[in-house]
Amino acid sequence: MIGLVDCNNFYVSCERVFQPRLEGLPVGVMSNNDGCVIARSNELKALGVEMGTPAFELQQWVNQGRIHLLSSNYELYGDMSARVREVLEEFSAGVEPYSIDEMFVRFDGFDAAATLALARTLYRNVRQFTGIPVCVGVAPTRTLAKLANRAAKKLPEYQGVCVMHADGDDTRRLLERTALGDVWGVGRRLVERLAIQGIETAWDLRKADPKAIRRRFSVTLERTVRELQGTPCIELNDAAEPRQRIMTSRSFGRLTGEPGELQDAIRQHAQRGAEKLRQQDSHARAVLVFLKTNRHRPDLPQYSPSAVVELPEPTDDSRPILAAAQQGLEAIYRRGFRFMKAGVMLLDLVDANREQLSLLDTPEREAQRERDHKLMAALDELNGKMGKGTVRLGVPRQNAAWHLRCAHRTPRFTTRWQEILRARS
Amino acid sequence: MRDPEIRHPHPAPPYRALPHPLGTIRAGISGFPSPAEDYVGRTLDLNERLVKRPAATFFMTVTGDSMVEFGIQDGDTLVVDRSIDARPGHIVVALVDGEVIVKRYEMIGKRPYLCSGNSQYAPIPLANLDCQVWGVVRSVIHEYAV
Repeated sequence: MIGLVDCNNFYVSCERVFQPRLEGLPVGVMSNNDGCVIARSNELKALGVEMGTPAFELQQWVNQGRIHLLSSNYELYGDMSARVREVLEEFSAGVEPYSIDEMFVRFDGFDAAATLALARTLYRNVRQFTGIPVCVGVAPTRTLAKLANRAAKKLPEYQGVCVMHADGDDTRRLLERTALGDVWGVGRRLVERLAIQGIETAWDLRKADPKAIRRRFSVTLERTVRELQGTPCIELNDAAEPRQRIMTSRSFGRLTGEPGELQDAIRQHAQRGAEKLRQQDSHARAVLVFLKTNRHRPDLPQYSPSAVVELPEPTDDSRPILAAAQQGLEAIYRRGFRFMKAGVMLLDLVDANREQLSLLDTPEREAQRERDHKLMAALDELNGKMGKGTVRLGVPRQNAAWHLRCAHRTPRFTTRWQEILRARS
Repeated sequence: MRDPEIRHPHPAPPYRALPHPLGTIRAGISGFPSPAEDYVGRTLDLNERLVKRPAATFFMTVTGDSMVEFGIQDGDTLVVDRSIDARPGHIVVALVDGEVIVKRYEMIGKRPYLCSGNSQYAPIPLANLDCQVWGVVRSVIHEYAV
């Protein structure tokens, strides 16, 4: 069995751990650089505030005290994400981060009763130890685990924990209630094409003949069908990317603690991530860098850190992304450890075409942006024609022009001594 | 305002600056002795001494003088562990009406109270009070001006 643990409204939850007065109020987190809402509490969602709403449109509500908007505090979110991961590591057989707020957890070798008990333990301990509320979905395959997690979140009867078995009435009922678009890796266009075939729910898709699906559609969709039937065939690396993040990571051929090798790896991952970003016409707002030691080598000291660095503005340009990734690496690198894996995640993606231009934009900056865009297009074209990695960026220049507009960033409660929480005695 | 240091990789370590041998965390679960115990000549690590569960440990600054009799003074640093279930006798960080306060959790005649370490402050009865334990204080760090 595999579990998916998903933090509820993660950024808002991080803020509420340290600002309990925000509990139960409509709270939003805004990106510092483009002033759009990037996270919403349930109360804010209920008011109809959409993801990506520009902050100025909400200013009146803020002034009236009806809603609370906070500037993003990626340093805090990165640290809290690492804590959540660490709690899951401690109580399970292994964790694979899927994004900053979603992690797959291995439930190897448990029977049904023990699986449910462990799922409840994870739910309770993450919440108690870190203060972050989560939902847990467990199932025989990743695709089903995603659906179980969704059920745990949306259906109150599960109380945040749903274990779904491959067969049985419960599974059938859940799949019948699940629209195709909510199935992992089934995009809008596919939903339309499948509807023509009379396939409208997750249950319909599960009943389809995998071979016929492969012929008519693709191997990927065939895998989804098999996964819905309970046969695992999607590994994390070939899984559909979530809309909100891009991840590139790889294990080293051997354990290494060489700063140069780590830098090279992170640089490669950052560039590869930026390429993917441009392919799908998105911009990223922040970069997460992580390193992992081998947890199956208890004879070696263990350290699996991660850090999040905000980008100066939402971008798909390899250079600032690379600079941020390097900065993240320098913040987490420690001597004396041999790492097995390194990776880069691009977070909080926004549609490139929908991006608002900053009010501070000057014609010069716009011209610069146009040049940058051409440069990156040329880079991608060369690498596409001549083979991956034909043109690569070196170590980025230290970019001093990162000034952030940041009126309400909350204190970095867990990473700066000067900013820790105050407790009144 | 954001201080300029955020723009440079800062030397301030993350909350887990020094190696935490996994063994100390897992020793209690697996029953195996920590492999770290065989390390020879390793630097003593205060984290290891004060931070039992890094993922659940948070630092806070004390304000006010209501806990002086328990050795907690204005400006001290608290090491707070959320993984401990609060029992009577623990010093706790609690949320009362949305405020973060530090008190001692006690039972007085079968009723729960939050007590101060200062005779000027009466115990706060928890009945009819909106109160949640945020975490349990494991230690307090007092630094002298030198």
